[in-house]
Amino acid sequence: MSDPFKGIEPMVYQSKINVPYSWWAGDTASKFYITLRDEKIILGTKCETCNKVFLPPRKVCPSCFTENREWVTLADEGTVLSFTVARRRFAAIPNNKKVPVIWGLIKLDGADTAMLHYLDEIKPENVTIGMRVKAVFSEVRQGTIRDISHFKPVQ
Amino acid sequence: MSKRVAIVGTGQTFHKSHRPDVNGQEIINEAVMRALEDADLKIKEIDAIVIGNMDHFEGINYVDCWSVDGSGGMMKPIIKLTTGGTTGCTVAIGGYHLVGSGMFDRVMIIGWEKNSESDTTGAITTAFDPVWDRLVFAGAISGLAAEAQAYMARYGATDRDGARVSVRDRKHATHNPHAHLRKEVSLEDVLASPMLADPIHLLDVCPRSDGACAVIMASEDVAEKICPKPDWIWATATRHSYSYLGDADYGRLTSMREGSQELWKKTGIKEPRKELDVIELYQPYSFGGLIWIEDMGIVGPGEAPQYIWDGNTDMGGELPINPSGGVIATNPIGATGLIRCAEAAMQVMGKAEGRQVPDVNFAFSSGFGGCWWTDMILHGRKKPE
Repeated sequence: MSDPFKGIEPMVYQSKINVPYSWWAGDTASKFYITLRDEKIILGTKCETCNKVFLPPRKVCPSCFTENREWVTLADEGTVLSFTVARRRFAAIPNNKKVPVIWGLIKLDGADTAMLHYLDEIKPENVTIGMRVKAVFSEVRQGTIRDISHFKPVQ
Repeated sequence: MSKRVAIVGTGQTFHKSHRPDVNGQEIINEAVMRALEDADLKIKEIDAIVIGNMDHFEGINYVDCWSVDGSGGMMKPIIKLTTGGTTGCTVAIGGYHLVGSGMFDRVMIIGWEKNSESDTTGAITTAFDPVWDRLVFAGAISGLAAEAQAYMARYGATDRDGARVSVRDRKHATHNPHAHLRKEVSLEDVLASPMLADPIHLLDVCPRSDGACAVIMASEDVAEKICPKPDWIWATATRHSYSYLGDADYGRLTSMREGSQELWKKTGIKEPRKELDVIELYQPYSFGGLIWIEDMGIVGPGEAPQYIWDGNTDMGGELPINPSGGVIATNPIGATGLIRCAEAAMQVMGKAEGRQVPDVNFAFSSGFGGCWWTDMILHGRKKPE
Protein backbone atom coordinates (compact mmCIF):
# COMPACT_ATOMS: atom_id res chain seq x y z
CA MET A 1 0.00 0.00 0.00
CA SER A 2 1.18 3.51 -0.74
CA ASP A 3 1.66 5.95 2.10
CA PRO A 4 -1.47 8.13 2.20
CA PHE A 5 0.48 10.93 3.88
CA LYS A 6 3.32 11.05 1.32
CA GLY A 7 3.96 14.69 0.51
CA ILE A 8 1.05 15.77 2.71
CA GLU A 9 0.99 17.28 6.14
CA PRO A 10 -2.39 16.14 7.60
CA MET A 11 -4.59 18.69 9.33
CA VAL A 12 -5.25 17.00 12.69
CA TYR A 13 -8.18 17.91 14.91
CA GLN A 14 -7.18 16.99 18.47
CA SER A 15 -9.91 16.33 21.02
CA LYS A 16 -10.50 14.58 24.31
CA ILE A 17 -13.35 13.33 26.47
CA ASN A 18 -13.72 15.28 29.69
CA VAL A 19 -16.03 13.61 32.22
CA PRO A 20 -15.28 13.99 35.94
CA TYR A 21 -16.38 11.15 38.21
CA SER A 22 -17.01 10.70 41.94
CA TRP A 23 -17.79 7.04 42.61
CA TRP A 24 -19.58 6.03 45.80
CA ALA A 25 -17.94 3.00 47.45
CA GLY A 26 -21.11 2.20 49.42
CA ASP A 27 -21.43 1.21 53.08
CA THR A 28 -19.89 -2.25 52.66
CA ALA A 29 -16.67 -1.16 50.92
CA SER A 30 -16.47 1.91 53.18
CA LYS A 31 -16.34 -0.29 56.29
CA PHE A 32 -13.46 -2.24 54.71
CA TYR A 33 -11.47 0.89 53.83
CA ILE A 34 -12.07 2.68 57.14
CA THR A 35 -10.93 -0.40 59.08
CA LEU A 36 -7.88 -0.78 56.87
CA ARG A 37 -6.97 2.90 57.28
CA ASP A 38 -7.58 3.21 61.03
CA GLU A 39 -6.73 -0.27 62.34
CA LYS A 40 -4.56 -1.89 59.64
CA ILE A 41 -7.04 -4.77 59.62
CA ILE A 42 -8.18 -6.51 56.43
CA LEU A 43 -11.86 -7.55 56.50
CA GLY A 44 -13.89 -9.90 54.35
CA THR A 45 -17.57 -10.83 54.30
CA LYS A 46 -18.83 -14.38 54.66
CA CYS A 47 -21.81 -16.02 52.97
CA GLU A 48 -23.83 -17.92 55.56
CA THR A 49 -25.28 -20.15 52.82
CA CYS A 50 -22.13 -21.38 51.04
CA ASN A 51 -19.56 -20.28 53.68
CA LYS A 52 -17.43 -18.53 51.07
CA VAL A 53 -15.36 -15.55 52.36
CA PHE A 54 -15.07 -12.64 49.92
CA LEU A 55 -12.31 -10.07 49.44
CA PRO A 56 -13.32 -7.45 48.30
CA PRO A 57 -16.18 -7.83 50.77
CA ARG A 58 -19.46 -8.44 48.93
CA LYS A 59 -22.76 -7.20 50.39
CA VAL A 60 -24.63 -10.07 48.72
CA CYS A 61 -23.20 -13.47 47.74
CA PRO A 62 -23.09 -13.45 43.91
CA SER A 63 -23.92 -17.18 43.76
CA CYS A 64 -26.43 -17.69 46.60
CA PHE A 65 -28.03 -14.22 46.35
CA THR A 66 -28.31 -14.00 50.12
CA GLU A 67 -27.01 -11.07 52.15
CA ASN A 68 -23.54 -11.51 53.65
CA ARG A 69 -24.14 -10.31 57.20
CA GLU A 70 -21.00 -11.76 58.79
CA TRP A 71 -17.69 -9.88 58.77
CA VAL A 72 -14.46 -11.88 59.04
CA THR A 73 -11.02 -10.55 60.01
CA LEU A 74 -8.52 -11.95 57.52
CA ALA A 75 -4.85 -12.63 58.19
CA ASP A 76 -2.32 -10.14 56.83
CA GLU A 77 -0.44 -13.14 55.46
CA GLY A 78 -1.27 -15.27 52.48
CA THR A 79 -0.10 -17.36 49.54
CA VAL A 80 0.90 -16.22 46.03
CA LEU A 81 -1.42 -17.90 43.50
CA SER A 82 0.23 -16.34 40.45
CA PHE A 83 2.31 -13.32 39.51
CA THR A 84 3.77 -11.30 36.66
CA VAL A 85 6.61 -8.80 36.21
CA ALA A 86 6.54 -5.51 34.30
CA ARG A 87 10.03 -4.52 33.17
CA ARG A 88 9.02 -1.48 31.12
CA ARG A 89 7.53 1.63 32.59
CA PHE A 90 3.92 2.41 31.57
CA ALA A 91 1.23 4.79 32.72
CA ALA A 92 -0.57 2.43 35.10
CA ILE A 93 2.50 2.05 37.32
CA PRO A 94 2.42 4.53 40.23
CA ASN A 95 5.19 7.11 40.34
CA ASN A 96 6.66 5.76 43.55
CA LYS A 97 7.11 2.26 42.10
CA LYS A 98 10.26 1.53 40.11
CA VAL A 99 10.44 -1.13 37.39
CA PRO A 100 10.67 -4.03 37.50
CA VAL A 101 7.27 -4.09 39.21
CA ILE A 102 5.82 -7.39 40.42
CA TRP A 103 2.06 -7.97 40.61
CA GLY A 104 0.84 -10.94 42.61
CA LEU A 105 -2.52 -12.59 43.14
CA ILE A 106 -2.50 -13.18 46.88
CA LYS A 107 -4.99 -15.37 48.73
CA LEU A 108 -5.00 -14.20 52.33
CA ASP A 109 -5.44 -16.84 55.02
CA GLY A 110 -9.17 -17.05 55.75
CA ALA A 111 -10.32 -15.75 52.34
CA ASP A 112 -11.70 -17.75 49.41
CA THR A 113 -10.85 -15.14 46.78
CA ALA A 114 -7.47 -13.63 45.95
CA MET A 115 -6.52 -9.97 45.88
CA LEU A 116 -4.35 -8.32 43.27
CA HIS A 117 -1.50 -6.27 44.74
CA TYR A 118 2.19 -5.48 44.49
CA LEU A 119 4.99 -7.79 45.64
CA ASP A 120 8.16 -6.04 46.79
CA GLU A 121 11.33 -6.49 48.89
CA ILE A 122 12.10 -9.46 46.63
CA LYS A 123 13.79 -9.87 43.24
CA PRO A 124 11.49 -11.04 40.41
CA GLU A 125 13.61 -14.15 39.81
CA ASN A 126 13.03 -15.26 43.40
CA VAL A 127 9.20 -15.09 43.34
CA THR A 128 7.49 -18.48 43.22
CA ILE A 129 3.87 -19.56 43.06
CA GLY A 130 2.93 -20.90 46.47
CA MET A 131 5.32 -18.67 48.39
CA ARG A 132 4.11 -17.06 51.61
CA VAL A 133 3.84 -13.26 51.76
CA LYS A 134 2.85 -10.63 54.35
CA ALA A 135 1.16 -7.24 53.98
CA VAL A 136 3.25 -4.10 54.54
CA PHE A 137 0.94 -1.21 55.44
CA SER A 138 1.59 2.31 54.19
CA GLU A 139 2.82 4.95 56.63
CA VAL A 140 0.22 7.42 55.37
CA ARG A 141 -3.16 5.73 54.92
CA GLN A 142 -6.06 7.45 53.13
CA GLY A 143 -8.71 4.77 52.88
CA THR A 144 -7.70 3.20 49.57
CA ILE A 145 -6.41 -0.24 48.58
CA ARG A 146 -2.93 1.30 48.57
CA ASP A 147 -3.14 1.68 52.35
CA ILE A 148 -1.42 -1.67 51.88
CA SER A 149 1.92 -0.61 50.35
CA HIS A 150 2.80 -4.08 49.08
CA PHE A 151 3.33 -7.68 50.16
CA LYS A 152 6.78 -8.97 51.13
CA PRO A 153 8.09 -12.53 51.60
CA VAL A 154 7.48 -14.09 55.01
CA GLN A 155 10.93 -14.67 56.48
CA MET B 1 -42.12 -14.24 17.32
CA SER B 2 -42.39 -17.95 17.91
CA LYS B 3 -43.44 -17.53 21.54
CA ARG B 4 -45.72 -15.01 23.15
CA VAL B 5 -44.03 -13.10 25.96
CA ALA B 6 -45.31 -11.72 29.27
CA ILE B 7 -43.92 -9.65 32.11
CA VAL B 8 -44.29 -11.68 35.31
CA GLY B 9 -42.50 -9.48 37.85
CA THR B 10 -41.04 -6.00 38.37
CA GLY B 11 -38.80 -4.33 40.94
CA GLN B 12 -37.55 -0.79 41.54
CA THR B 13 -35.36 1.00 44.02
CA PHE B 14 -36.61 4.00 45.97
CA HIS B 15 -35.04 6.59 43.69
CA LYS B 16 -33.02 9.45 45.20
CA SER B 17 -30.57 12.13 44.07
CA HIS B 18 -27.67 10.39 45.86
CA ARG B 19 -27.24 6.83 47.06
CA PRO B 20 -23.83 6.96 48.79
CA ASP B 21 -24.79 3.89 50.85
CA VAL B 22 -24.49 1.54 47.87
CA ASN B 23 -22.20 1.10 44.87
CA GLY B 24 -23.47 0.32 41.37
CA GLN B 25 -23.65 -3.45 41.78
CA GLU B 26 -25.51 -3.07 45.07
CA ILE B 27 -28.14 -0.66 43.69
CA ILE B 28 -28.70 -3.07 40.77
CA ASN B 29 -29.13 -5.91 43.27
CA GLU B 30 -31.89 -4.05 45.15
CA ALA B 31 -34.04 -3.90 41.99
CA VAL B 32 -33.22 -7.50 40.99
CA MET B 33 -34.14 -8.84 44.45
CA ARG B 34 -37.47 -6.98 44.37
CA ALA B 35 -38.32 -8.32 40.91
CA LEU B 36 -37.52 -11.88 42.02
CA GLU B 37 -39.66 -11.38 45.10
CA ASP B 38 -42.53 -9.97 43.01
CA ALA B 39 -42.43 -13.00 40.66
CA ASP B 40 -41.68 -15.45 43.50
CA LEU B 41 -38.68 -16.78 41.57
CA LYS B 42 -35.11 -17.66 42.60
CA ILE B 43 -32.11 -16.31 40.70
CA LYS B 44 -31.25 -19.86 39.62
CA GLU B 45 -34.54 -19.96 37.70
CA ILE B 46 -33.45 -17.04 35.49
CA ASP B 47 -32.01 -18.23 32.15
CA ALA B 48 -30.39 -15.03 30.87
CA ILE B 49 -29.86 -11.38 31.73
CA VAL B 50 -30.05 -8.15 29.70
CA ILE B 51 -28.61 -5.03 31.35
CA GLY B 52 -28.14 -1.44 30.24
CA ASN B 53 -27.15 2.05 31.34
CA MET B 54 -25.70 5.18 29.77
CA ASP B 55 -22.19 4.95 28.31
CA HIS B 56 -19.71 7.16 30.23
CA PHE B 57 -22.14 7.96 33.07
CA GLU B 58 -20.31 5.81 35.60
CA GLY B 59 -17.17 5.36 33.50
CA ILE B 60 -17.44 1.56 33.60
CA ASN B 61 -17.18 0.05 30.14
CA TYR B 62 -17.97 -3.62 30.72
CA VAL B 63 -21.09 -3.20 32.81
CA ASP B 64 -22.39 -6.63 31.81
CA CYS B 65 -19.27 -8.26 33.36
CA TRP B 66 -18.70 -5.86 36.26
CA SER B 67 -22.33 -6.05 37.45
CA VAL B 68 -22.71 -9.83 37.89
CA ASP B 69 -22.42 -9.63 41.68
CA GLY B 70 -25.62 -7.59 41.72
CA SER B 71 -27.44 -8.73 38.60
CA GLY B 72 -27.24 -12.45 39.30
CA GLY B 73 -25.35 -12.90 36.04
CA MET B 74 -22.79 -15.23 37.66
CA MET B 75 -22.26 -18.08 35.15
CA LYS B 76 -25.27 -17.06 33.06
CA PRO B 77 -25.66 -15.60 29.57
CA ILE B 78 -25.63 -11.82 30.06
CA ILE B 79 -25.50 -9.02 27.50
CA LYS B 80 -25.42 -5.24 27.71
CA LEU B 81 -27.57 -3.07 25.46
CA THR B 82 -27.11 0.66 25.50
CA THR B 83 -28.82 3.20 23.24
CA GLY B 84 -28.66 6.43 25.23
CA GLY B 85 -31.89 7.69 26.74
CA THR B 86 -33.85 4.91 25.06
CA THR B 87 -31.70 2.28 26.83
CA GLY B 88 -34.36 1.31 29.39
CA CYS B 89 -36.92 0.58 26.69
CA THR B 90 -34.28 -1.04 24.45
CA VAL B 91 -33.30 -3.56 27.16
CA ALA B 92 -36.98 -4.47 27.52
CA ILE B 93 -37.34 -4.96 23.76
CA GLY B 94 -34.10 -6.98 23.76
CA GLY B 95 -35.45 -9.21 26.52
CA TYR B 96 -38.69 -9.60 24.57
CA HIS B 97 -36.68 -10.78 21.55
CA LEU B 98 -34.72 -13.31 23.65
CA VAL B 99 -37.86 -14.83 25.15
CA GLY B 100 -39.95 -14.49 21.99
CA SER B 101 -37.30 -16.34 19.98
CA GLY B 102 -37.94 -19.41 22.10
CA MET B 103 -34.29 -19.56 23.20
CA PHE B 104 -34.92 -18.55 26.83
CA ASP B 105 -37.95 -19.08 29.09
CA ARG B 106 -37.19 -16.53 31.81
CA VAL B 107 -35.09 -13.40 31.27
CA MET B 108 -34.14 -10.74 33.83
CA ILE B 109 -34.01 -7.24 32.31
CA ILE B 110 -32.16 -4.51 34.19
CA GLY B 111 -31.74 -0.76 33.72
CA TRP B 112 -29.76 1.30 36.19
CA GLU B 113 -27.94 4.59 36.69
CA LYS B 114 -26.02 6.42 39.36
CA ASN B 115 -26.35 9.90 37.89
CA SER B 116 -24.72 11.30 41.01
CA GLU B 117 -21.36 9.81 39.97
CA SER B 118 -20.58 12.03 36.98
CA ASP B 119 -21.33 15.16 34.98
CA THR B 120 -24.47 14.35 32.97
CA THR B 121 -23.94 16.95 30.24
CA GLY B 122 -20.24 16.06 29.91
CA ALA B 123 -21.19 12.41 29.45
CA ILE B 124 -24.11 13.10 27.08
CA THR B 125 -21.83 15.22 24.89
CA THR B 126 -19.80 12.09 24.13
CA ALA B 127 -22.86 10.73 22.27
CA PHE B 128 -22.53 13.34 19.54
CA ASP B 129 -20.33 13.46 16.47
CA PRO B 130 -16.83 14.60 17.48
CA VAL B 131 -16.07 16.52 14.28
CA TRP B 132 -19.46 18.17 13.70
CA ASP B 133 -21.94 18.53 16.57
CA ARG B 134 -19.75 18.15 19.65
CA LEU B 135 -17.94 21.47 19.20
CA VAL B 136 -21.16 23.48 19.17
CA PHE B 137 -23.41 21.26 21.34
CA ALA B 138 -24.80 22.84 24.49
CA GLY B 139 -26.32 19.92 26.38
CA ALA B 140 -29.63 18.08 26.33
CA ILE B 141 -31.85 20.95 27.48
CA SER B 142 -30.99 23.29 24.61
CA GLY B 143 -32.12 20.72 22.03
CA LEU B 144 -35.40 20.20 23.85
CA ALA B 145 -35.88 23.99 24.09
CA ALA B 146 -35.44 24.26 20.31
CA GLU B 147 -38.14 21.59 19.85
CA ALA B 148 -40.51 23.42 22.20
CA GLN B 149 -39.91 26.78 20.50
CA ALA B 150 -40.62 25.29 17.08
CA TYR B 151 -43.83 23.65 18.33
CA MET B 152 -45.06 26.82 20.05
CA ALA B 153 -44.41 28.89 16.92
CA ARG B 154 -46.19 26.37 14.71
CA TYR B 155 -49.32 25.87 16.84
CA GLY B 156 -49.52 28.90 19.13
CA ALA B 157 -48.93 26.94 22.34
CA THR B 158 -47.55 28.77 25.37
CA ASP B 159 -45.28 28.12 28.32
CA ARG B 160 -48.45 27.81 30.46
CA ASP B 161 -49.45 24.77 28.39
CA GLY B 162 -46.10 23.18 29.15
CA ALA B 163 -46.39 24.06 32.83
CA ARG B 164 -49.79 22.33 33.01
CA VAL B 165 -48.11 19.05 32.01
CA SER B 166 -45.51 19.46 34.73
CA VAL B 167 -48.20 20.20 37.33
CA ARG B 168 -49.95 16.96 36.32
CA ASP B 169 -46.89 14.72 36.50
CA ARG B 170 -45.64 16.19 39.78
CA LYS B 171 -49.07 15.70 41.33
CA HIS B 172 -49.20 12.09 40.14
CA ALA B 173 -45.76 11.47 41.68
CA THR B 174 -47.13 12.15 45.17
CA HIS B 175 -48.95 8.78 44.91
CA ASN B 176 -45.78 6.85 43.98
CA PRO B 177 -43.52 5.93 46.91
CA HIS B 178 -40.71 5.08 44.44
CA ALA B 179 -40.69 8.56 42.87
CA HIS B 180 -37.65 10.74 43.52
CA LEU B 181 -39.51 14.10 43.69
CA ARG B 182 -42.88 13.90 45.43
CA LYS B 183 -43.95 17.50 45.82
CA GLU B 184 -47.03 19.04 44.27
CA VAL B 185 -46.45 22.34 42.45
CA SER B 186 -48.74 25.01 41.00
CA LEU B 187 -48.70 26.55 37.53
CA GLU B 188 -47.27 29.70 39.10
CA ASP B 189 -44.49 27.69 40.78
CA VAL B 190 -43.45 26.23 37.42
CA LEU B 191 -43.53 29.58 35.61
CA ALA B 192 -41.64 31.32 38.45
CA SER B 193 -38.91 28.67 38.61
CA PRO B 194 -35.53 29.59 37.06
CA MET B 195 -35.43 29.72 33.25
CA LEU B 196 -32.93 27.12 32.01
CA ALA B 197 -33.36 27.46 28.23
CA ASP B 198 -36.34 29.44 26.96
CA PRO B 199 -39.16 28.25 27.27
CA ILE B 200 -38.00 25.52 29.70
CA HIS B 201 -38.13 26.39 33.40
CA LEU B 202 -36.43 24.29 36.08
CA LEU B 203 -39.75 22.70 37.07
CA ASP B 204 -40.45 21.76 33.43
CA VAL B 205 -37.60 19.23 33.34
CA CYS B 206 -36.52 15.96 34.91
CA PRO B 207 -34.06 15.62 37.80
CA ARG B 208 -30.94 13.43 37.87
CA SER B 209 -31.60 10.36 40.01
CA ASP B 210 -29.79 7.30 41.32
CA GLY B 211 -31.81 4.15 40.85
CA ALA B 212 -32.41 0.82 39.19
CA CYS B 213 -35.31 -1.17 37.77
CA ALA B 214 -35.65 -4.85 36.91
CA VAL B 215 -38.34 -6.63 34.90
CA ILE B 216 -38.73 -10.39 34.45
CA MET B 217 -40.14 -11.64 31.16
CA ALA B 218 -41.34 -15.22 30.61
CA SER B 219 -42.49 -17.23 27.62
CA GLU B 220 -46.09 -18.36 27.20
CA ASP B 221 -44.98 -21.87 28.26
CA VAL B 222 -44.30 -20.75 31.83
CA ALA B 223 -45.69 -17.21 32.27
CA GLU B 224 -49.09 -18.06 33.75
CA LYS B 225 -47.55 -20.62 36.11
CA ILE B 226 -45.36 -17.87 37.54
CA CYS B 227 -48.02 -15.17 37.55
CA PRO B 228 -51.77 -15.87 37.08
CA LYS B 229 -52.40 -12.46 35.48
CA PRO B 230 -49.22 -11.45 33.68
CA ASP B 231 -48.71 -8.40 31.47
CA TRP B 232 -48.59 -9.60 27.84
CA ILE B 233 -46.33 -7.82 25.38
CA TRP B 234 -48.46 -7.17 22.29
CA ALA B 235 -45.90 -5.42 20.14
CA THR B 236 -42.80 -3.22 20.19
CA ALA B 237 -41.41 -0.61 17.78
CA THR B 238 -38.10 1.20 17.53
CA ARG B 239 -37.09 4.23 15.47
CA HIS B 240 -33.55 5.58 15.58
CA SER B 241 -33.64 8.25 12.96
CA TYR B 242 -30.37 10.06 12.14
CA SER B 243 -26.87 11.09 13.19
CA TYR B 244 -26.69 14.88 13.13
CA LEU B 245 -28.57 17.36 15.29
CA GLY B 246 -29.81 19.51 12.42
CA ASP B 247 -31.56 16.70 10.56
CA ALA B 248 -34.70 16.53 12.72
CA ASP B 249 -38.09 18.13 12.09
CA TYR B 250 -38.07 20.36 15.18
CA GLY B 251 -41.55 20.66 16.63
CA ARG B 252 -42.56 17.13 15.60
CA LEU B 253 -41.15 13.83 16.84
CA THR B 254 -40.94 11.80 13.63
CA SER B 255 -39.61 8.69 15.40
CA MET B 256 -42.67 8.67 17.69
CA ARG B 257 -45.06 9.10 14.78
CA GLU B 258 -43.58 6.29 12.70
CA GLY B 259 -43.02 3.95 15.65
CA SER B 260 -46.53 4.34 17.03
CA GLN B 261 -48.07 3.87 13.57
CA GLU B 262 -46.19 0.58 13.37
CA LEU B 263 -47.44 -0.36 16.84
CA TRP B 264 -51.11 0.39 16.00
CA LYS B 265 -50.82 -1.48 12.68
CA LYS B 266 -49.27 -4.56 14.33
CA THR B 267 -51.95 -4.72 17.00
CA GLY B 268 -55.03 -3.56 15.08
CA ILE B 269 -55.53 -0.45 17.19
CA LYS B 270 -57.67 2.04 15.26
CA GLU B 271 -58.27 4.78 17.82
CA PRO B 272 -55.43 4.88 20.38
CA ARG B 273 -57.19 7.61 22.38
CA LYS B 274 -60.15 5.30 23.04
CA GLU B 275 -58.41 1.94 23.08
CA LEU B 276 -55.47 2.75 25.35
CA ASP B 277 -56.22 2.95 29.08
CA VAL B 278 -52.98 4.41 30.39
CA ILE B 279 -49.69 5.78 29.06
CA GLU B 280 -46.26 5.80 30.71
CA LEU B 281 -44.44 8.23 28.42
CA TYR B 282 -40.69 8.79 28.54
CA GLN B 283 -41.22 12.54 28.76
CA PRO B 284 -38.13 14.26 30.20
CA TYR B 285 -39.66 17.72 29.91
CA SER B 286 -43.17 19.09 29.98
CA PHE B 287 -43.50 20.22 26.35
CA GLY B 288 -42.80 16.66 25.18
CA GLY B 289 -46.06 15.79 26.91
CA LEU B 290 -47.85 18.06 24.42
CA ILE B 291 -45.95 17.40 21.20
CA TRP B 292 -45.42 13.67 21.43
CA ILE B 293 -49.01 12.60 22.21
CA GLU B 294 -49.98 14.36 18.97
CA ASP B 295 -47.33 12.32 17.13
CA MET B 296 -48.77 9.19 18.78
CA GLY B 297 -52.12 10.07 17.24
CA ILE B 298 -53.90 10.50 20.58
CA VAL B 299 -55.05 13.95 19.37
CA GLY B 300 -54.39 15.93 16.18
CA PRO B 301 -51.54 18.41 15.60
CA GLY B 302 -51.87 21.42 17.92
CA GLU B 303 -54.73 19.85 19.92
CA ALA B 304 -52.74 18.54 22.90
CA PRO B 305 -52.86 21.71 25.07
CA GLN B 306 -56.67 21.85 25.16
CA TYR B 307 -56.91 18.07 25.65
CA ILE B 308 -54.59 18.31 28.65
CA TRP B 309 -56.20 21.47 30.11
CA ASP B 310 -59.52 19.60 30.05
CA GLY B 311 -58.08 17.06 32.48
CA ASN B 312 -58.22 14.10 30.10
CA THR B 313 -54.72 12.94 31.02
CA ASP B 314 -55.06 13.44 34.78
CA MET B 315 -55.80 10.50 37.09
CA GLY B 316 -59.53 9.83 36.68
CA GLY B 317 -59.52 11.34 33.17
CA GLU B 318 -60.16 9.69 29.81
CA LEU B 319 -56.55 8.56 29.31
CA PRO B 320 -54.26 9.07 32.34
CA ILE B 321 -50.65 9.78 31.42
CA ASN B 322 -47.75 9.05 33.78
CA PRO B 323 -49.59 7.88 36.92
CA SER B 324 -46.10 7.21 38.33
CA GLY B 325 -45.16 10.88 38.02
CA GLY B 326 -43.07 10.03 34.99
CA VAL B 327 -39.58 11.18 34.12
CA ILE B 328 -40.11 14.70 35.47
CA ALA B 329 -40.32 13.13 38.94
CA THR B 330 -37.70 10.36 38.58
CA ASN B 331 -34.79 10.00 36.17
CA PRO B 332 -32.05 7.40 36.70
CA ILE B 333 -31.47 7.60 32.93
CA GLY B 334 -30.50 4.02 32.02
CA ALA B 335 -33.41 2.80 34.17
CA THR B 336 -35.91 5.50 33.14
CA GLY B 337 -37.28 3.72 30.06
CA LEU B 338 -37.52 0.41 31.91
CA ILE B 339 -39.41 2.12 34.77
CA ARG B 340 -41.98 3.19 32.15
CA CYS B 341 -42.25 -0.46 31.04
CA ALA B 342 -42.48 -1.71 34.64
CA GLU B 343 -45.10 0.89 35.59
CA ALA B 344 -47.20 0.03 32.51
CA ALA B 345 -46.90 -3.67 33.41
CA MET B 346 -47.98 -2.94 37.00
CA GLN B 347 -51.05 -1.09 35.65
CA VAL B 348 -52.03 -4.11 33.52
CA MET B 349 -51.34 -6.56 36.37
CA GLY B 350 -53.34 -4.44 38.83
CA LYS B 351 -50.29 -3.95 41.07
CA ALA B 352 -49.93 -0.17 40.81
CA GLU B 353 -51.36 0.45 44.31
CA GLY B 354 -52.07 4.15 45.01
CA ARG B 355 -51.46 5.06 41.37
CA GLN B 356 -53.61 2.29 39.84
CA VAL B 357 -55.83 3.21 36.90
CA PRO B 358 -59.01 1.06 37.01
CA ASP B 359 -59.57 -1.76 34.49
CA VAL B 360 -56.50 -1.42 32.31
CA ASN B 361 -56.78 -3.45 29.14
CA PHE B 362 -54.03 -1.78 27.10
CA ALA B 363 -51.05 0.26 28.39
CA PHE B 364 -48.35 2.03 26.39
CA SER B 365 -44.77 2.65 27.52
CA SER B 366 -41.95 4.38 25.68
CA GLY B 367 -38.31 5.38 25.68
CA PHE B 368 -36.82 8.60 24.33
CA GLY B 369 -33.28 9.82 23.81
CA GLY B 370 -30.30 10.09 21.56
CA CYS B 371 -30.97 12.23 18.53
CA TRP B 372 -34.76 12.26 18.82
CA TRP B 373 -35.00 8.48 19.04
CA THR B 374 -38.10 6.69 20.30
CA ASP B 375 -38.91 3.10 21.15
CA MET B 376 -42.14 1.75 22.59
CA ILE B 377 -44.10 -1.20 23.90
CA LEU B 378 -47.81 -2.04 23.86
CA HIS B 379 -48.82 -4.00 26.98
CA GLY B 380 -52.11 -5.89 27.27
CA ARG B 381 -54.15 -7.84 29.78
CA LYS B 382 -55.29 -10.46 27.26
CA LYS B 383 -52.90 -12.93 25.65
CA PRO B 384 -52.23 -11.77 22.08
CA GLU B 385 -53.70 -14.01 19.36
